[in-house]
Amino acid sequence: MTERLIELFYAFWQIGFFSIGGGYAIIPLIQEQVVEKYGWLTEKVFADIITISQMTPGPLAVNTSTFVGLKAAGLPGAAAATLGCIISGVVIALLLDSFFQKHSGSYYIPKILNSLKAASLGLIMSAAAVILLLTFCGTSDYKAIQDLDVISVFLFLGAFFAMRKWKLNPILLMVICGILGGFLYI
Amino acid sequence: MKNKQRQNNLRTLLWLTCIHFFISAFTFGGGYVVVPMVRKYFVQKKKYFSEDELMDIAAVSQSSPGAIAVNLAALTGWRICGAAGAVLCCLGAILPPLIILSVISTFYTAFASNLIIAAVLKGMQAGVAALIADLVLEMYALIIKQRSKLLTLMVPAVFLANFILDINVAVLLLLCCLCSLIAALIEKRRKKF
Repeated sequence: MTERLIELFYAFWQIGFFSIGGGYAIIPLIQEQVVEKYGWLTEKVFADIITISQMTPGPLAVNTSTFVGLKAAGLPGAAAATLGCIISGVVIALLLDSFFQKHSGSYYIPKILNSLKAASLGLIMSAAAVILLLTFCGTSDYKAIQDLDVISVFLFLGAFFAMRKWKLNPILLMVICGILGGFLYI
Repeated sequence: MKNKQRQNNLRTLLWLTCIHFFISAFTFGGGYVVVPMVRKYFVQKKKYFSEDELMDIAAVSQSSPGAIAVNLAALTGWRICGAAGAVLCCLGAILPPLIILSVISTFYTAFASNLIIAAVLKGMQAGVAALIADLVLEMYALIIKQRSKLLTLMVPAVFLANFILDINVAVLLLLCCLCSLIAALIEKRRKKF
């Protein structure tokens, strides 16, 4: 049991350390370790896990590692996998942040941070495009667009308007959208 | 006096843990979707950070490996309450998936094929799309305001490279750092002569 936990921690430590960009970038790495190397799960269960991870709230990488850990070694397994997955990212983020703060007076370092900010907004834009496509057309691939879901366009516009006009609390917004979706799509 | 400060600190820690717990419990997909949530609570409501500081934190958490949402949570906690803040914020962010998935993992096939759940999730997706679109518009306005041609062009360039060309994120981040370094070198040299 302990051995399994250490293996889980180590496998997810590698996954967490070698994935930059979060979310979907992590999936192939997890598959390689969990399905191909250790054989904890079959291909089919892994595909199910990805679907569930997308359907449940929380960071995708954390969801997937929690679920794999649960399947492989119960609750302790989930804790070991999740911890392994996040530990290096958190440490590196803290170090990087203090590095940028320490050198905020230098000539080059703040310029690098500025470019990272611009790049990060570009990546957020890309994520936004994927989410908009998924919402409106049911696909994340712009080449495969076939139909338009009119209900979702109105929901999106309503939510966008409510947020800009009344500065609606985002969690409340999510709840309202969920309830409306429940009525409109059934 | 010291006691009161400690009490304040405890209250902040509790708020931090709770807010990350709720953000994590109500955002699907994590990562980039968490940025607009953090902005609403930490920048607009509590004023812990300025918009620019939020962008600093977002950029750093995206340039680090692992789960962006957890990195972001750790950084907010670290900046406000130090190490204890970082640990508690991470905990807040990973607890909802742990709880929800432990419950679901026993009957996940029934969950995945439930029609009502699918409908609610579809509605929430539209809400997420609105949140992230709002964030992108306002953040891009901030970058344009800096009046740097390089940065203003970098945003759509990275977007196209990632969305259309599917170029690896790590490669993109490195390229952007290189571009800004070269631009800074040229500028410095120009000032000298």
